[in-house]
Amino acid sequence: MSDRTERPTADEPNATTGTTGPVETTSSGAVRIDKSAEAPADRDTPLLEVRDLQVEFRTREGVARAVNGVNYSVNAGETLAVLGESGSGKSVTAQAIMGILDTPPGHIAGGEIRFRGEDLLTLSEDKRRAIRGDRIAMIFQDALSSLNPVLSVGYQLGEMFRVHRGASRREARERAVDLMERVRIPAARERVNDYPHQFSGGMRQRIMIAMALALEPDLIIADEPTTALDVTVQAQVMELLAELQREFHMGLILITHDLGVVADVADRIAVMYAGRIVETAPVKELYAAPAHPYTKGLLESIPRLDHKGKELYAIQGLPPSLTALPSGCSFHPRCPLSTERSTTERPPLHPVLDASEAPVAGRGSACHYWKETLHG
Amino acid sequence: MAETAREPILEVRHLVKHFPLTRGVLFKRQVGAVKAVDDISFELFRGETLGIVGESGCGKSTVAKLLMNLEQPTSGEILYKGEDITKLSGRALKAVRRNIQMVFQDPYTSLNPRMTVGDIIGEPFEIHPEAAPKGDRRAKVRELLDVVGLNPEYINRYPHQFSGGQRQRIGIARGLALNPEIIICDEPVSALDVSVQAQVINLMERLQDEFELSYLFIAHDLSIVRHISDRVGVMYLGRMAEIGTDREIYEHPTHPYTQALLSAVPVPDPEARDRRERIILHGDVPSPANPPSGCRFRTRCWKAEQRCADETPLLAVPEVLRDAEGPVRHPSACHFAEERTVVPA
Ligand SMILES: Nc1ncnc2c1ncn2[C@@H]1O[C@H](COP(=O)(O)OP(=O)(O)OP(=O)(O)O)[C@@H](O)[C@H]1O
Ligand code: SF4
Ligand code: SF4
Ligand SMILES: [Mg+2]
Repeated sequence: MSDRTERPTADEPNATTGTTGPVETTSSGAVRIDKSAEAPADRDTPLLEVRDLQVEFRTREGVARAVNGVNYSVNAGETLAVLGESGSGKSVTAQAIMGILDTPPGHIAGGEIRFRGEDLLTLSEDKRRAIRGDRIAMIFQDALSSLNPVLSVGYQLGEMFRVHRGASRREARERAVDLMERVRIPAARERVNDYPHQFSGGMRQRIMIAMALALEPDLIIADEPTTALDVTVQAQVMELLAELQREFHMGLILITHDLGVVADVADRIAVMYAGRIVETAPVKELYAAPAHPYTKGLLESIPRLDHKGKELYAIQGLPPSLTALPSGCSFHPRCPLSTERSTTERPPLHPVLDASEAPVAGRGSACHYWKETLHG
Repeated sequence: MAETAREPILEVRHLVKHFPLTRGVLFKRQVGAVKAVDDISFELFRGETLGIVGESGCGKSTVAKLLMNLEQPTSGEILYKGEDITKLSGRALKAVRRNIQMVFQDPYTSLNPRMTVGDIIGEPFEIHPEAAPKGDRRAKVRELLDVVGLNPEYINRYPHQFSGGQRQRIGIARGLALNPEIIICDEPVSALDVSVQAQVINLMERLQDEFELSYLFIAHDLSIVRHISDRVGVMYLGRMAEIGTDREIYEHPTHPYTQALLSAVPVPDPEARDRRERIILHGDVPSPANPPSGCRFRTRCWKAEQRCADETPLLAVPEVLRDAEGPVRHPSACHFAEERTVVPA
């Protein structure tokens, strides 16, 4: 039998903090104590917090406001999904965090990116580089173009240890083999000198994951890590990523446009539209009752069994041009609930309240009419 | 939908396409073959949608190209209303091709950037002038724009002035220009944003009803295929693993590959996370240049036995299920086919 049908149960989000609890069960069933429980000072500070981030690009048509006041945070051991359509600013936000924004034409026009409380944008160059190179790692959609085609996979993995840890060539190679085994590359020792193109798409993506894990970072940003893969391979890769994340208790920001992937792996979700977060919530609550018309439209447009033979719900119109964002709420030209107010007044991210008017932990909606949307 | 006329409009029999693998520059010699499509048979009925699913490299797009006559089959037949189109040439072929059109995956590269939308949609009339007299063509193009929900005033614009979803509508309008009976759609919405996919799917369904079109709908998104298809075929490594009505395939799959594929699809319902049965397959799809003997799926199948290596399972109602009744009784190319429900209700 080679199928493994068990799926480790996801931890319930902790109701008060919106994060996973301090005690969790690892995939092997052993109980492990959360690192952050040992260091209480760290508990209230998120691992990463993006505050009111603004990124602009100078284009021929004018200034494109690709990221337009983004706020999100992720804790250790937590998976935050960032969901949005093409061009909504998911990747640009990630590039700003990683310091790999194309500048020019792009530049950060405002905001903060706090890692363990320290703003990466104002930190000294040295410190910033130390954090970005060591504590935060990124996995890209297209492994083939992010791995160097003329260097062996073992060399590229080993380089992480030589450059950042001062390992010798031999040591580095051994660590490379270990890592390849960790991400289940068959016959790792024999294949360590192979080049990227000699591996299949799924294996290359696992090698990218190995590279991201090499220095045991605190945070991984995965930008559409499985979009280029087939579903059965996607399932392998996502399972591996989730397992390693639990084991190393990393924070994970998973950028995706796939509502299925989010439902499968994330603890919390931030929905982006036209450069802003329009809704954020614990995953189960958002799917059960969205509080923003855009999220609601996306969920309704998923083909479902009882819709067969009927029209699919479709959000009308198209996403706006970033050089000419609509006034007020950027979603108003496509929104069925839009009013006069929506066209003039930009909605802030309102806290979402429950029936007893108490704010629901970790829930927000950038809609004037979040209440109507939630209950309607 | 297809109940009225059970006469297939298209019948594919034992279709094979091997691409030769050659070595040497001056003296090319064949060292093997990529078995992209290896003995596939199916039927398409009038007004019906047959979905074809499978992972990259399984041969889906090669099937599309063979049906479109863009590739010559190595062997096998493609019968259009009973006539083998692989044997046709000249005028007879041209007449048939008018009736089979295609919509491509990538709305960004499949439209010539230097042609206006009017020229793109009207291009088929240049090849088949009999379809519309010259004077009527502009009017016809405007009408087509209107049919696919685009403003007829856009007739002189260029592709780059349109969004992905609008470009896909242009591709569909071109596909419709000659009033075809069959449209082959190869991943028609996978390059589009989620919020735009639904618009295009609705359009395609409306056009199908209006013009009694038959669709061969190739895609990797299983939930979209289920929504639009009357029947679904599952391909693996150049062969058809299982075929049946959408209910037979999605609710009563009997082939291990179909079961694994369905169980791997992320379900957009976080509540189902814990209830789901996940079959995680190990390894990758083998190379079609060197496929496994017997059953193609055996290198990743958890039920594989010696017999699977020795004996190729045929696509038929499996022996063990011959006496069964209801939706589990449908063609499945597995020696040990049995039902296993993998998608939570
Ligand atoms: N180097 C660049 N020059 C100009 N504009 C850019 C550049 N990089 C990104 N942009 C613009 O910024 C906007 C946001 O892009 P981003 O890549 O973040 O979107 P995304 O949400 O990741 O989309 P996708 O789902 O397509 O990956 C887009 O309009 C894009 O064209
Ligand atoms: S603010 Fe108005 S336009 Fe924007 S999402 Fe809410 S109802 Fe729609
Ligand atoms: S024939 Fe054998 S290897 Fe093939 S699917 Fe059936 S059990 Fe698996
Ligand atoms: Mg992106």
